[in-house]
Amino acid sequence: MLEHLKDLHAQALEELNRIDNPRELELWRVQYLGKKSSLTQSLRSLAALPLEERREVGAQANEIKTALESILAEKQRLLQETFLSSSRESGTLDVTLPGRPLPTGRTHPTTQILEEICDAFKSMGFQVIEGPDVEWDYYNFEALNMPQHHPARDMMATFWVDTGVSGKARLLRTHTSPMQIRLMEKERPPIRAIVPGRVYRYEATDATHESMFYQVEGLAVDKGITLADLKGTLFDFCRCIFGEERKVRFRCDYFPFVEPGVEVAISCLACSGTGCRLCGNSGWIEILGAGMVHPDVLARVDIDPGIYSGFAFGMGVERIPMLRYGIDDIRLFYGNDLRFLRQF
Amino acid sequence: MKVSLKWLKDYVDIRLTVGELAERLTMAGLEVRGIEPVGGTWDSVIIGEVVGLGPHPNADRLKLATVNVGTEQVSTVCGAPNINVGQRVAFAHIGARLVDSHTGAVVVLKPAEIRGVASEGMVCSEKELGISESHEGILVLPPDAPIGVPLAAYLGDVVLDLEITPNRPDCLSVTGIAREIAALTGETLHLPEIHYEEAEKSIDSFASVDIADPDLCPRYCASLVTGIKIGPSPIWLRQRLNSYGMRPINNVVDVTNYVMLEYGQPLHAFDYHKLRGRQIIVRRAVDGETMTTLDGSQRALYSETLVIADKERAVAVAGIMGGLDSEVTDKTDTILLESANFNQAAIRRGCGRLQFQSEASIRFDKGLNAGLPVLPLKRATQLLLQLAGGKAAKGIIDIYPGKSEPKLVSLSTREVKRLSGLKINIDEITEVLTALGFECQESDSRSQISVSVPYWRSDIRCAADLVEELVRIIGYEKIPMTRLGSPLPAQKSRLSPTARQSNLRERLGNILTGLGFQEILTYSLVSLEKLQKLSPKLELTIPPLKVANPMTREQEYLRTSLRAGLLATLAYNQKFEQAGVRLFEIGKIFLPQHPHVIASEAKQSEKGKELPQEKKMLCAVLSGARAELSWQPDKELLDFFDAKGVVENFLGQLGLKASFENSDDEGLFPARRANIIATDDKVGVLGELHPRVAQAFELSNTVYLIEIDLEKLLTRIAGARGYQSIPRFPSVIRDIALVIDEQVSYRAVEQAIQSFSLVAKVTLFDLYRGEQIPEGKKSFAIRIIYQSPSHTLTDEGVDRTQEQMLARLQKELGATLRS
Ligand SMILES: [Zn+2]
Repeated sequence: MLEHLKDLHAQALEELNRIDNPRELELWRVQYLGKKSSLTQSLRSLAALPLEERREVGAQANEIKTALESILAEKQRLLQETFLSSSRESGTLDVTLPGRPLPTGRTHPTTQILEEICDAFKSMGFQVIEGPDVEWDYYNFEALNMPQHHPARDMMATFWVDTGVSGKARLLRTHTSPMQIRLMEKERPPIRAIVPGRVYRYEATDATHESMFYQVEGLAVDKGITLADLKGTLFDFCRCIFGEERKVRFRCDYFPFVEPGVEVAISCLACSGTGCRLCGNSGWIEILGAGMVHPDVLARVDIDPGIYSGFAFGMGVERIPMLRYGIDDIRLFYGNDLRFLRQF
Repeated sequence: MKVSLKWLKDYVDIRLTVGELAERLTMAGLEVRGIEPVGGTWDSVIIGEVVGLGPHPNADRLKLATVNVGTEQVSTVCGAPNINVGQRVAFAHIGARLVDSHTGAVVVLKPAEIRGVASEGMVCSEKELGISESHEGILVLPPDAPIGVPLAAYLGDVVLDLEITPNRPDCLSVTGIAREIAALTGETLHLPEIHYEEAEKSIDSFASVDIADPDLCPRYCASLVTGIKIGPSPIWLRQRLNSYGMRPINNVVDVTNYVMLEYGQPLHAFDYHKLRGRQIIVRRAVDGETMTTLDGSQRALYSETLVIADKERAVAVAGIMGGLDSEVTDKTDTILLESANFNQAAIRRGCGRLQFQSEASIRFDKGLNAGLPVLPLKRATQLLLQLAGGKAAKGIIDIYPGKSEPKLVSLSTREVKRLSGLKINIDEITEVLTALGFECQESDSRSQISVSVPYWRSDIRCAADLVEELVRIIGYEKIPMTRLGSPLPAQKSRLSPTARQSNLRERLGNILTGLGFQEILTYSLVSLEKLQKLSPKLELTIPPLKVANPMTREQEYLRTSLRAGLLATLAYNQKFEQAGVRLFEIGKIFLPQHPHVIASEAKQSEKGKELPQEKKMLCAVLSGARAELSWQPDKELLDFFDAKGVVENFLGQLGLKASFENSDDEGLFPARRANIIATDDKVGVLGELHPRVAQAFELSNTVYLIEIDLEKLLTRIAGARGYQSIPRFPSVIRDIALVIDEQVSYRAVEQAIQSFSLVAKVTLFDLYRGEQIPEGKKSFAIRIIYQSPSHTLTDEGVDRTQEQMLARLQKELGATLRS
């Protein structure tokens, strides 16, 4: 038995000497140290031997096993070193070969900017709600101080939807402002919400006009809300979206459902205020229409304008990526040419 | 509204530069869109006097003129018929920049020899100077024009192009804008002084006015001038009309237009002798009545149209256009001048019916005040007497059935602060409002005033309107900036349906883009044809809602499916794409409500029930090569199982386990379509696009489509998740290969295996047909992972379970173990 073990040891060492790769080394390990190797077998069969012999053979077998294990470890280390140094010299990968391509998808640029806008207002405590695209004349115009024949209706050419059973006028909303009314009919102050959504205009399309685009509406109503709050909130928003270095200008403008009315402009992104083609030489770019909610509008939804006040604002969404990326044609947005969409 | 700076300076001192003025006006709500200099190019044009005129030696129609330009006398060849000795003219030296009368381009005047005679410059027409389109003769300046002075100093001007918002019809006038400038700069407004001599004979003996429909005509005023002489207007008047873009016609018409620009009140001049019966009647037209208007076209009138009539017939469409019959002509010697107020809506309807707008109707349409007509009427009468001679009849006619008291609005410093955030004391408030023409009366307290609104400001109705007046004059930039300090509204739960839906939209967007899908957004309006093409039989399952006034046939119906937009986009892009295309859209579809629902609900509710159902959907398409061209090629095409993998992936990420059953969606190919079931309810479909549909959309590759109803999906997600503890005991892996009839679905096999409680996971890792497998059979290679939550499995235990399993598979599905 002892003789056999000694032969085995010698044979193992001899074979190991000839091995020069990890695959053969693994086979060697299985043969001499694996579960079914004769060394392991002989250790298992010790129980059948007489006590005296058992001790001697056992000691010998364990000794050989430990020796083989340590020389195996040494051999593994040597092989790995040889491998590392040789591949450094000869087998270097051409790392400039292209990676295995994975399909790439992106969200639409409008979706991206909508998320940015919503995030900016969410951080100021505004909640995001949505409303219907098909609206009543009442919500889109009448309740917003634009009765039939009001001149301001001319500025929002309307798509009408075939009249329903009751004969009342349905339309595709021309702005997101009808949600101001729907929201105030349902909720009582304090109200602080924004409404992103699609709007529609019956207009011939060109580089700056689309028949469908996105707006974000905003509304804050409570006791003690002032024009100063409007300025502060929209100033923060403009800086948030357009950068800290932007100047923000508030000037008087007219929208029938606010009073006083405000137009918010930022200093031109292209010329920073000196005047260029982008800003029509004015140095300013209009971003938002806004104002204090008109007392008649508040009264119409049973919110006492003598106690409560609020501000509302609305902005076109596509304008922002157009300015940011220098996109000169709004029709690219919903034309969905992938060569365009994949740039964002 | 275009307005001449010189003209404005007649009424208010302007010390600001043009740029500063434009800035102030813009900030205060009168946006200056453009600043156009007049005479900016006239650097070599000098006022001269024609001192000599002789015939041209070689041309009958040309003359040789000698012009005294102050420092010298120059000679020039001139072809104008109206040139005469003693005239003051605009003389252009060689090098002057002038408008070419033929091309309209600005050209530099070059030395010229005309028919053998050298010309040292040119006597200019209005067109050559860029003042107007007039080129019939040279521009003749008034006799007091200073010789030798550059023309730019004499006639030069700046024209401001202002955007007037619909609430400010008073600013569609020069005096209105001047009043704004006065208030903004603290200057005084000087309106023209109006006085003229009247004859003995009263206007009432010439004409009477009857307003038959006072609801449409709150006020009608008229004056009368006899013995006038029609002729051209002087240069200053012509130039002012030109600066506004209006063509001068004759002194009478020009005066009415001039005063309209000056005061914003449209005026109309009738040839008095052509009015029959010495009578003006303001009435609704009779249906079927016709009239020939100034432009020469005969127009049918309707009962809703307001007309000015004499005793016999209509002579003008009120506030919109005059009639040809009563037009002022060269022979006119007596004028009845109308200055009236007409109902805004009536004018608007009238313009709509006639398909016509005029400078007058645009102003009435914005809502003019009935307080306005008298002053402009008197001003025009004064100018007529000055420019056309004649005598004014005594007095004016003023019929005023719509008279109302001036509006009173009360305003407190508290209210100003409450809305603007700005503390302004009562004296400052009074000062600003007074400058704008409001009359302020102090009440008992020092913090409140009563404000009387001037007639021209019909837009001012409440305290908020006055607050705007204050802050826009003081300057929006003076308002401080504060952050909202009011309490936040109660925050909606993230679990509320709306919050969940917007979260779901965002999550799905993130997941699908991560899986390589590009998001697109397509129009809500589509063509009927596109919706029809979604069905192989070209039938509409849902009748779409139609837009009553579509722009194009491409955008005529509200979409009832996202498929049309996606497929059209896919078709458009496939010619540019080498690799596969994966697209998705999340958006609304519009379903008309069921007619029965409408009828019953419309009765119950006044508003809000009859709008279409707007449903949020997700639709995705994938088509073409699975992988991009690469040096390690995968040239397979995308197929059904790619689409299914996507569905399983995103539903899995949302915590849902999907199952699939055959579908009957007719837009999909019957052999390869499935309903998507999530927790026992159908949430959508997937499958191969029906080849006929693909053909109709001109799609070249096979297209796979996924469609999910997001509201349904949302109900499935609610409560779908539960926690399972991490397994503490090791698992045992066994692979088996089953031979089974073709008709048996994998789902049946999987379910049979999963019915054993020790089975933790089942994975199909090979599907084989061919050699060694009999005809009509297939082979599934399946990996089964066994695991127990309570103990370590033994080989013997797993063997026993698997034997039972194989027995059941054999008995129920006819499956045998592949040897
Ligand atoms: Zn610029």
